[in-house]
Amino acid sequence: MRQTCNSDGGVGSTENVQARGITLLSIFVDTPTAEPNPETKLLADFKTDTHLSKVYLAGREYLNKEGQTSVSPLVGKIMQQICTDPTLCPEYPSSFGLPEFTRRATELVLGRDCHAIVENRVLGVQTVGCTGAVRLGAELLKHWYNVSGVWCGPVYLSSPCDDSLAGIFEAAGIQDVRRYRYWDTEQRGVGVQKMMEDLEMAPEQSVIVLSASAHCPTGSDLSQKHWRLLTQLMVRCRFFPFFLLPAQGLCHGDVQQDAWPVRLCASLGMELLCAQSFSHSFGLYGERVGHLLCVLKQSSTLLAVQSQAEKQVRALWSRPSVRGARVVATVLSNPAHHVEWQEGVKSMVERGILVRERLREKLRLLGCPGSWDHLIQQGGLYCCTGLNVQQVEFLEKRRHIYLHPNGCLNPQFCLAAPPGSLQRRHTPKLAVWLCLSTHRIIRVSCLRSPLPSL
Amino acid sequence: FVPGCFSVLVPQATPVAVFKLSNDFKEDPNPMKVNLGVGAYRTDEGQPWVLPVVKKVEKLIVADNRLNHEYLPILGLPEFRSSASKIALGEDSPAIQENRVGAVQCLGGTGALKMGAEFLRRWYNGNDNMKTPVYVSAPTWENHNSVFANAGFEDVRPYKYWDAEKRGLDLAGFLGDLETAPKHSIFVLHACAHNPTGTDPTHMEWTQVAEVMKRRKLFVFFDSAYQGFASGCLDKDAWAVRYFVTQGFEMFCAQSFSKNFGLYNERVGNLTIVARDADNVRRVLSQMEKIVRVTWSNPPSQGARLVAITLNTAELFAEWKDNVKTMADRVLLMRASLQAKLQALGTPGTWDHITQQIGMFSFTGLNPKQVEYMIKERSIYLMASGRINMCGLTTKNIDYVAKSIHETVVNVQ
Repeated sequence: MRQTCNSDGGVGSTENVQARGITLLSIFVDTPTAEPNPETKLLADFKTDTHLSKVYLAGREYLNKEGQTSVSPLVGKIMQQICTDPTLCPEYPSSFGLPEFTRRATELVLGRDCHAIVENRVLGVQTVGCTGAVRLGAELLKHWYNVSGVWCGPVYLSSPCDDSLAGIFEAAGIQDVRRYRYWDTEQRGVGVQKMMEDLEMAPEQSVIVLSASAHCPTGSDLSQKHWRLLTQLMVRCRFFPFFLLPAQGLCHGDVQQDAWPVRLCASLGMELLCAQSFSHSFGLYGERVGHLLCVLKQSSTLLAVQSQAEKQVRALWSRPSVRGARVVATVLSNPAHHVEWQEGVKSMVERGILVRERLREKLRLLGCPGSWDHLIQQGGLYCCTGLNVQQVEFLEKRRHIYLHPNGCLNPQFCLAAPPGSLQRRHTPKLAVWLCLSTHRIIRVSCLRSPLPSL
Repeated sequence: FVPGCFSVLVPQATPVAVFKLSNDFKEDPNPMKVNLGVGAYRTDEGQPWVLPVVKKVEKLIVADNRLNHEYLPILGLPEFRSSASKIALGEDSPAIQENRVGAVQCLGGTGALKMGAEFLRRWYNGNDNMKTPVYVSAPTWENHNSVFANAGFEDVRPYKYWDAEKRGLDLAGFLGDLETAPKHSIFVLHACAHNPTGTDPTHMEWTQVAEVMKRRKLFVFFDSAYQGFASGCLDKDAWAVRYFVTQGFEMFCAQSFSKNFGLYNERVGNLTIVARDADNVRRVLSQMEKIVRVTWSNPPSQGARLVAITLNTAELFAEWKDNVKTMADRVLLMRASLQAKLQALGTPGTWDHITQQIGMFSFTGLNPKQVEYMIKERSIYLMASGRINMCGLTTKNIDYVAKSIHETVVNVQ
């Protein structure tokens, strides 16, 4: 077939030109370039930054001492075993995933003796990561009906929250997505009063997305006292809690404590959804091990909900991938492995706390204005410095230190050099720059930006 | 109304037929039972088969210290995406050489269809395609309907495909529906080994289909779940897809590696995108990334890694093709055997379609009453449509199945 040049500059065959006639335009010609998601953009900016000592602190993963994601020796050993196990067959799993996995994932959140489990009013579905769990949950909610017809929202998300959350609900067809105030810049913690105020105004049967622990991206969580107040409010206003639990165990170093808010709601007989991920707690990011837990008020509704879940999964991804789930199930089903895993998680948390303390101490020694106690009060993967937009921009543009635009960072990335960066041990340097940025902005524009509390 | 009980009004969804069939089979105590319903390969011992090349590559992966468990990029493993697209389009594809092919790693064939559907609903032919008709063959894999409907397409319609009387392709009906479809309608085409009929258009028939689709500006969405499995030859099975590319079509092709790699539970799929030029590909992929981000965020790594290593290593690639041929040959053998036995038994009707059809499935032509008889009286499980999975047949059960079909056809009308 002879090649010719078309008038639009594309290359095509002679036959194509003749056959297409005047249609030389692509079907996709009207498809615009999508706005990159903020995280992708930040990482791309970092990658094109040529500054020698640039630092990226907005990563999503837990890192070991070498600055790498890794799996524990236990997980590595189990993966080997699975690979050589002749009894495992490559069958399609059910749409709900591996039964052993969903059972253990459910027990991990609720506790084995939870009434809801005993009374057979829980449904567990293995999903493709936490995102998959939220998406499935959102799709299920569309089949919740109320007396006036199909439920269509609203869904309330914390401000701030993971930047993909709103999009997930919208993709599932729930357009009415609102925010409740969560992070209080002045207090550098959860502004509980404002949160409750916002939620009091929400209509009945609103779905409230709540972080059970290790809030993303601030790392700031409610106290148990505040959880009790919140759940009272939710019962009174007939709200539906949708929990996010992406790193159970990695907040307090204790799986029970991290799941406490979910267990509280379950013990009050509430219906709820809970999206879980095992990416962080097992280092299995690439395997996409997630779980959606549904706790129902009555066991009579279980079959209907189960049938809807199967239907939705079938149209999303049909069935999940098993490898990662198999590893998690193997660990959680074996008491010795379970203990070893929990201990591993605990030491990850201890390392995280150490970094935070080091950072806070450095800032104190530098005489950085403001209080930095919130750094050690927060838990989990993330940390919200409390820096404002201008200060974050200063760090990025002038010091080549990359934080989330909302001032949040992953303290683990301070420990060791991410790939591409020359420097190790950023904590001292970061502290210096955090301090300088705070000073500088105060000097330059103290009227414009809110001052950190002294 | 129960306070705080949101789920009380959740309606029961109709169960998925093929899952129910599998369940019923499992619970059947009859030792002679045969499962001809499941859509997966089985050896002559009736067991699932881990391809030897897969076992080999799994060991390589586990032993490789350099491989980490980090998130894959949102669009998937790059070496998987490009090698998977090459498998569909051919290494010397003009589209690949002209740098106008893109790909998205997805969760199996279903995931690839889902991503393609979500994209098309948002961006194809103007911004909102809820009313754009999506045509799926009559009959088709029943999940096609769900995937497109759930993606927001309100108008999912059948196009004529299977002629029950002549037990073959209804070409005139097919072409007729292509002619009368509203312009820009989306057509889901089975690349080869049509599910559930096993009946593919001939090359000549494909050229006729392509001619109408080009003229009427219909969108080509191939579903390729059985490449290599149909004839035993990858290139032969990709003829239709490649022909459409040479005809200048832009298209989507949803690929599954579940069957031809036996990786059913690792969910390895790829959505191949062929566009006019690289810039269009780039823009499409940027939107795909957004869609992936709110569905599963990043795809799972294990299966894609395995496939990529296999496809990109010469000896492993050769071994894989050989494994695929092994599976395809067994299917062909079972087809020939079943047809021969029915002929020898003198079963009423013609049974040539069993050997003329291609791939895993065969539309036997048994009607619902006969199907029910087979299940209830003979514990042979097949879909109500009369579809059987040839892989469910073994040298040990084929006599029983042939005799049962004979008995059913003779006694039940």
